[in-house]
Amino acid sequence: MTIVAHQKAAKPLRKRIADASEPYLYSAPALILIVTVMLVPLVLGISYAFRDIQLLNPFSGGFIGLDHFRALSEDQAFFRALRNTLWWTGASVFLQFFFGLILALLLDKPFAGRGLAQALVFLPWAVPSFLAGLNWAWLFNPVIGPLPHWMYALGIMDAPNNILSDPHLAMWGPIVANVWWGIPFFAITLLAALQAIPRDLYEAASIDGAGPVQRFLSITLPFLAPTIAITILLRTVWISNFADLIVVMTNGGPADRTQIVASYIFTQAFKRLDFGYASAIALVLLVLLLAYSMLIVVLRQTLLNKG
Amino acid sequence: MRTSKLLLTVAHRLAILAYIVVALFPLFWLLKVSVTPNDLLYSEGVRMWPSRATFEHYTFVIAHSAFPTFFKNSLIVAGSTAVAVTILASLAGYAMSRFNFRAKYWIVALLLITQMFPLVMLVAPIFKMLSPLGLTNSLTGLVIVYTAFNVPFATFLMQSFFDGIPKDLEEAAMIDGATQFVAFRQIILPLTLPGIAATLGFVFTAAWSELLFALMLISGNDAATFPVGLLTFVSKFSVDFGQMMAAGILALIPACLFFLLIQRYLVQGLTAGAVKG
Amino acid sequence: MASIDIQSIRKSFGAFPVLHGVDLTIRDGEFIVLVGPSGCGKSTLLRMIAGLEDVTSGDIRIDGKRVNDLAPKDRDIAMVFQSYALYPHMSVADNMSYSLRLRRSTKEKIASAVGGAAAKLGLEPLLERRPKALSGGQRQRVAMGRAIVRQPKAFLFDEPLSNLDARLREQMRAEIKKLHGDLRATSIYVTHDQIEAMTLADRIVAMHGGIVQQVGSPLELYDRPANLFVAGFIGSPGMNFFEGRYLVSGDHADLRLPNGTTMPVRKRDGVESGSAATLGIRPEHVILADNGALEAKVDLIEPTGFGIIMHVTIHGIPMKIFSQDRRMLKPGPTIRVDLPQDKLHLFESDGKRVD
Repeated sequence: MTIVAHQKAAKPLRKRIADASEPYLYSAPALILIVTVMLVPLVLGISYAFRDIQLLNPFSGGFIGLDHFRALSEDQAFFRALRNTLWWTGASVFLQFFFGLILALLLDKPFAGRGLAQALVFLPWAVPSFLAGLNWAWLFNPVIGPLPHWMYALGIMDAPNNILSDPHLAMWGPIVANVWWGIPFFAITLLAALQAIPRDLYEAASIDGAGPVQRFLSITLPFLAPTIAITILLRTVWISNFADLIVVMTNGGPADRTQIVASYIFTQAFKRLDFGYASAIALVLLVLLLAYSMLIVVLRQTLLNKG
Repeated sequence: MRTSKLLLTVAHRLAILAYIVVALFPLFWLLKVSVTPNDLLYSEGVRMWPSRATFEHYTFVIAHSAFPTFFKNSLIVAGSTAVAVTILASLAGYAMSRFNFRAKYWIVALLLITQMFPLVMLVAPIFKMLSPLGLTNSLTGLVIVYTAFNVPFATFLMQSFFDGIPKDLEEAAMIDGATQFVAFRQIILPLTLPGIAATLGFVFTAAWSELLFALMLISGNDAATFPVGLLTFVSKFSVDFGQMMAAGILALIPACLFFLLIQRYLVQGLTAGAVKG
Repeated sequence: MASIDIQSIRKSFGAFPVLHGVDLTIRDGEFIVLVGPSGCGKSTLLRMIAGLEDVTSGDIRIDGKRVNDLAPKDRDIAMVFQSYALYPHMSVADNMSYSLRLRRSTKEKIASAVGGAAAKLGLEPLLERRPKALSGGQRQRVAMGRAIVRQPKAFLFDEPLSNLDARLREQMRAEIKKLHGDLRATSIYVTHDQIEAMTLADRIVAMHGGIVQQVGSPLELYDRPANLFVAGFIGSPGMNFFEGRYLVSGDHADLRLPNGTTMPVRKRDGVESGSAATLGIRPEHVILADNGALEAKVDLIEPTGFGIIMHVTIHGIPMKIFSQDRRMLKPGPTIRVDLPQDKLHLFESDGKRVD
């Protein structure tokens, strides 16, 4: 009796372990890599914010408490970068979303050549970001690009100058490049969501007598709303971290007018090799973005509860 | 009624055309300057096409500059990253799609978190971690970093493709005599080829374009990738626009080729995800 | 070929129980049909036998060997899925030979096994095609072929015909029966369609709410349903029921309906006079007679071609009558019927049949 009972218990245990470990075996390689290359550095980065870490100074490395944050609170360049980040992110996200939504709606209807048109309008997305930056920098360059001359001819500008060197206009350069580069992302995401809307809903609405505008407001928008909300949230966070175009096009200049927090962090780490201070700024940015995300999530929840 | 419908159609096509023109014009300009001979560059500044075209910038870039090295480095880095990410993400995405296990929600949360925080934050610690291992200024170091950065999104992408394949198929294979892993390899993976292509292309493009970490981790020309090479080129000799744009066009080709091949599958994969979510 | 022994099998998904202790012994070569409404646990039971679901408690034995902890691949069973689950990237021949290739059979053996199965199912001209180039019926055949090439210990069918149209379903049903006649393989077949169950089964296992309601030959279930559930589930159109009180007076007994009228029934032993009971009669057993004892108000006539389903009301209770008398297509507002004593089923208040 005891032998039978023992056999019965032993085997399921081995099988249980084998069964339970299977999903972990599949996901372990990816997880190990993510933890070592992203999570560990994240924790290290947070600790750097409280330490004096300068690459060129062999005696650095000690804990200095909140010194970096004290310095940060008096750093005018940081606050300017913060304001620039708001402006850069807000304008980029709004314009990308606006033009992306229109494009998705245009592509949602079948027409001859849609496949080709779709491939062509989505092409900017495939352009490497540094190249998109260089490309637009060249287009804005009066020596080589047509844009200043066209704007001059249209009377928008007094003289065919490079807007990237004009402190009041410089931010528009990276924003335009970013919008050009980011429209496809919104369009692809929204198009995918649009195509998931059941067609018979539109037919039912038409039969019920709804016009195109009513159909858009009563079917399309409510169905897209969750996608729009999540895409805008993710994209806002992403764009406020996205320094490539600025580093390439203006490097923060002229006179720090286009410096955003992300590019400021990069400048501190890359040019001044002050990793401690760079990490302190990054931590502040992280906290701000987390607060923003929480705010959006809470807002969404209260809206949902109301409706 | 008929005319208003026709007008709408015309407006629709014109709008699409406007988008295409805006999307392609900067790339066209890149191409135009890259084939403009130096002596015509300034005199024909705003002309749509130079009166005389030349390939001399291309031959110069290919024969007399470090661009072939950059090109090769980028190809190695982007290619290895794409393959490594696709393998890891297929395995992880399969686990997320097919198994119900206790840590699943924690893993999803972990993957989402990696998409939320600023990657610039990792610049300094990663440099500090890699340099004692001799992985700064090395292509291997870049591949490791890029692979980790791209695995989370690729995992979600692969998961949505796996979700679109009926579970019956593995069950049939397992009854036919396969283990779950054999069923995954022989039945499920071949059916996910579009998804694999999309993931490969997506990651290749991302790794091909990455700038900040390459700038930080690579110094010197030997291990420089295209973005780093082109940027140092721009800041050092910002005079020869023809050559830079020729190099830019060359950098653009692999990314665009990949994109054109996969964009169909990408929308498909995102749609599958959207239907599920 | 093998016997399958299921002992007090239970299954819960989390805290939610779906099977409450199932016992079933399947003899070598027997064709068993698990039938019941959706959610009754029949598919779960089948998947547990296949090894696709874990067993919460109890034992499953194939040929006397306990298989609870064996992977599906080590149980030597074949299964036909509702969706067919054909491998889309393989030809018909490759689909059929996949299991043999996994077992590293020789080329000659594979060729002869696939050839034999293809001949049996008329698949020879389709062997090189991909599944998406096949019609629904052909796909179904390939799924069957994939199962029979292996000569497994048992065949499991999970609603294999429910994706076919009515005509094909009829045809495939007959083919499955013929195939079983040839191969005499132990088979377990899950369906919610009681016609499939009646026509195919050596024995039917009727299930409801995770509990086996009755096991028996098709005619046993039809003639002597063990409880109200089986009585109502087997047969189409379904059995008519009258709820009331069972009253004994001397030698004979009656069922008193809520409105006070009584219907005479045969006296049963062991049922207390005055207890609640349900009387059942199949629509085809109701006799239409001009001098019948009961008056029925005609509500609706449904001609099916083969016969006529009449919806009527007797003593305020709706019921159905099946007749092949064409004159009943245009009956008067009322008809007279008899309920023959020997065709009446009586069920106690807990639903159990009393003889």
